Amino acid sequence: MTPERKVRILIAKPGLDGHDRGVKIVARGYRDAGFEVIYTGVHQTPEQIADAAIQESVDLVGLSCLSGAHLHLFSEVARLLKEQGAGDVTIIGGGIIPREDIPRLKEAGIKEVFLPGTTLEEIVNWTKENVSPK
Amino acid sequence: MTAEITNTTMNILNQVLNGDVRAAAKLIRGIEDDIPEATAAMGEIYLHSGRAHIVGITGAPGAGKSTLLGCLIGEFRKRSKKVGVVAIDPTSQLSGGALLGDRIRMQKYCTDKDVFIRSLASRGWKGGLSRAAINTVHVMDAMGKDIIFVETIGAGQAEVDISHVADTSLVVLVPGMGDDIQMMKAGIMEVADIFVINKADREGADGLRISLETMLDGSPRQHEISHHSGINDVSPETPPDPGAHRPDEWRPSILLTEAINNKGIRELADEIERHREFLTSSGKLAERRRERAKLELTMAVETTLRSHLQKTDECYLDTLIDDLVQRKTDLNTAALKVIKLPTEL
Ligand SMILES: Nc1nc2c(ncn2[C@@H]2O[C@H](COP(=O)(O)OP(=O)(O)OP(=O)(O)O)[C@@H](O)[C@H]2O)c(=O)[nH]1
Ligand SMILES: [Mg+2]
Repeated sequence: MTPERKVRILIAKPGLDGHDRGVKIVARGYRDAGFEVIYTGVHQTPEQIADAAIQESVDLVGLSCLSGAHLHLFSEVARLLKEQGAGDVTIIGGGIIPREDIPRLKEAGIKEVFLPGTTLEEIVNWTKENVSPK
Repeated sequence: MTAEITNTTMNILNQVLNGDVRAAAKLIRGIEDDIPEATAAMGEIYLHSGRAHIVGITGAPGAGKSTLLGCLIGEFRKRSKKVGVVAIDPTSQLSGGALLGDRIRMQKYCTDKDVFIRSLASRGWKGGLSRAAINTVHVMDAMGKDIIFVETIGAGQAEVDISHVADTSLVVLVPGMGDDIQMMKAGIMEVADIFVINKADREGADGLRISLETMLDGSPRQHEISHHSGINDVSPETPPDPGAHRPDEWRPSILLTEAINNKGIRELADEIERHREFLTSSGKLAERRRERAKLELTMAVETTLRSHLQKTDECYLDTLIDDLVQRKTDLNTAALKVIKLPTEL
């Protein structure tokens, strides 16, 4: 009976906006779905997020941004992870993001973008289907 | 059976010894998930560990342990020490998931190359220390961290808690939470080397300090009694004199802090270093490390036996079980047969 492997997830809020209600709900939802979730809080720099993701050896990084700076911030996290040899970490993003930005985010390495109105269940199910322990 | 040192093991070992965070983090993950390559590499890592000062920090939920650690990281970095932090939070028994939030209070130091913070879910070890947690300490030690903090909730109740593994045990209390009664219950008095009364900005900190001191005067540290035959030469009539006790005895100290205001941190760091010096000069460090090695050996034997059982041929087990049901053999004989049976690794 080997212990089952657990998917590890880092949830972070890059940038200046301090509204963390939404990400906290997602973090708890992930816990209740059996994932191990590390929450790093608000006002994180891309450097802090990338370094935390590496130290915590996570499979998934979930980013939330409501301030409008998502293009720069999300892409920067993706770039830093790749630069440090952690390009295999899946990155997803959410928040107030215009639909037309999605292609550019995906190009930058963000695997999926969840727009306002997405249910917790949808996010959890997507994660179960797309992320497995590395 | 001596495991052959594979290339994979050598690579991991070299990377970890060079302080490579990514390799170390991956190894820790592998140990948590019981990956054979990680277990193999861990064997080599262990041989390169044993230098770091291991400091346990426990206390009730919300006492301010993580906030204090955030401050202590900063203070020890000022003293040019490389710092490791292992922060353990409970796994939810309902879902098997965990929400690990200790890191929030330490994120400020996350990009410092000489700070390594790792969160662990307890995964069924109920507040106690898992093998993965102890091995995480060894990995950080081998990486060259000078001081490694381990944050857990609750002390004294778990079968294996951090006080059995740490060189120095910090117990964090806060004024006005009925702590005095609770810590007597939890056996905290016996494990603390340093009491930290955090949230000293709140009313009642001095009162708590006084009741702690009263209790300390009446109860010498349990660790020291049970492992020290010479204890009897302290006659019970001798009145306790905090100013002049034997150089090989440590009287738990009490410090007041306000972690949110970064107050009392320098003094706390001084005291942590003073305790380490005491351990070295009194010979207690060697004693504690022997205790730890013994505990780890016990855990390792249990793990080895369990995995031996898992690898034992099922048909053979079935035959034994048949014999047991028909009372052709007894449990003890059957168990010894299983243990002695060679399994292919
Ligand atoms: N008033 C006051 N509040 C503090 C102090 N130190 C920490 N806190 C607050 O106490 C709360 C809990 O702090 P943490 O550091 O997360 O406590 P913890 O012991 O690590 O909590 P768990 O890991 O959940 O057991 C936070 O809101 C802190 O801001 C202090 O010195 N004074
Ligand atoms: Mg904490």
